[in-house]
Amino acid sequence: MLTPATRTAPTPPRPAAPARGSATARMAALGRAELTLLLRSKASLVTVVFLPSTAAFAMRGMVDRLDLGGTGLSVATVMLPAALAMALLFAVYTNLVGVYVVRREGLVLKRLRTGELRDGEILVGSALPALWLALAQSALLGAGMTVFLDARAPVAWHLVVLGLVIGMAMLVVGAALTAAFTRTAESAQVTYLPFLLLTMGGSGVFAPRGLLPGPVADVAGWLPFSPVMDLLRGGWTGDLGGVEQVRAVGLALVWTGLAVFAVRRWFRWGSRS
Amino acid sequence: MEPVIETADLRRRYRDFEAVRGIDLTVARGELFALLGTNGTGKTSTLELLEGQAAPATGSVRVLGHDPYRERAAVRPRIGVMLQEGGFPTELTVAETARMWAGCTSGARPVDEALEAVRLAGREKVRVRQLSGGERRRLDLALALLGRPEVLFLDEPTTGLDAQSRRDTWELIRGLTEQGTTVLLTTHYLEEAEQLADRLAIMHEGVIATSGRVSDVVAERPARISFELPPDRFLGELPPLAPLGVTGHESAGPRVHLETVDLQRTATALLSWARDEGVELRGLDARSATLEEAFMEIARGLESEGARC
Repeated sequence: MLTPATRTAPTPPRPAAPARGSATARMAALGRAELTLLLRSKASLVTVVFLPSTAAFAMRGMVDRLDLGGTGLSVATVMLPAALAMALLFAVYTNLVGVYVVRREGLVLKRLRTGELRDGEILVGSALPALWLALAQSALLGAGMTVFLDARAPVAWHLVVLGLVIGMAMLVVGAALTAAFTRTAESAQVTYLPFLLLTMGGSGVFAPRGLLPGPVADVAGWLPFSPVMDLLRGGWTGDLGGVEQVRAVGLALVWTGLAVFAVRRWFRWGSRS
Repeated sequence: MEPVIETADLRRRYRDFEAVRGIDLTVARGELFALLGTNGTGKTSTLELLEGQAAPATGSVRVLGHDPYRERAAVRPRIGVMLQEGGFPTELTVAETARMWAGCTSGARPVDEALEAVRLAGREKVRVRQLSGGERRRLDLALALLGRPEVLFLDEPTTGLDAQSRRDTWELIRGLTEQGTTVLLTTHYLEEAEQLADRLAIMHEGVIATSGRVSDVVAERPARISFELPPDRFLGELPPLAPLGVTGHESAGPRVHLETVDLQRTATALLSWARDEGVELRGLDARSATLEEAFMEIARGLESEGARC
């Protein structure tokens, strides 16, 4: 049973509490376990790895047929940001909706909450492998597509990085929010669709928003993922002005903040509560 | 003794149902306290309040001097929790699960040592999905012990275990309390409470119906004597029963059942009478109340007084 050394001690097993572990260490431990689980789930691997790359390259034909005259964009400046967006949307958002729902229904989240992890650490720690994979994929897709299209490197790197970071943060919170309104693992196969379709159609993932009819384009500019697309595309075109950059970051943060608020309000940690 | 767990008028409400209806309990350091009760009497709901998983509707709860819900960060590193259901990802192995939990626990003991303690050594590479129900319970216990907790909350720790594993778990829990760990457990097994608990409480419909040491709880119940009278003898021929401490009697055919608060006096008087009258009392049986009787009586709802500890 217990080791003799601890068994014979007549004093309490731990007179003084040891130094509290760091949040980083806790999230790393959780992230490592989630990575193992991801690598063991074929369905998740398809969503995370196969879907974004296939979709990114398959849209070439569609983009070729777009009339880009007047938008100031080329096939490359449409496809490169789109490829990164696909990596974010599938690897982070779609994947994590499933992860959060399955862990909740399996009472894993409830179990994790009995320990030292804080609520935010549980959500972020579980998302770590998805985030790393999304980053790796963005790098690979970006590089591969630059070669494939014989395109130039981004003009404004900082906007690409900003777009990726803000996009990932928004989609992690968004996935948690979608999971809050998803009852079962089975319904998690469809509940991600509304946001995904709205984003693909409205936020200018494939076709730039400039191609939408005027009033529709104005409204679409306020959608959550639109500023992320503006930042990513601005990174390649270099024509996103200072005011526009601030507006994009501000709008994305407002949406993310609202989602954080909603998650704190509605996220459920166990299937019973 | 220093109180480690203290509650006052603790209440918990679900939408239209009050599951916990005013619990007062105190558990001292190093004590093992058992919470008994039939299903749905509020044991788990109470435990969740003590673990800080939910906030009480009203009333207060202190664990190690802190509010376990609002001051989670102060309490969690010092407690260990075993839920009624595991909640482990099924595709991780035993070792991977333990390693993950160790990474989330301050001052965690080595994973091998914790698995050894619950006899899961040798099962490290098995996926959780392939474990038996009893093995999962033991894995859960191993994780609860990882952080060398000062206070251990165990929700039905031995449900689903075979007899040998149950005894091993009791041995392990006893070892922990000897070292000064405070343990609060819920159980369906009265024998478990009798074997382990310093004190216990029996819950019924969200309140503590009775509590105290096992001997106290049992002492509140009447003892029983039963025997058969010969066909030519009648109950009325016995000496007056009330002065002997008998509180109730019934007869079914020749069989007589007596309930008494003073077993020795009643038994002595009965046996003296039988000797003097030359009567043979067939099938004579005399015994003190058991915890099971106390429990069954409360579970049947016969107990209405709200004794507190």
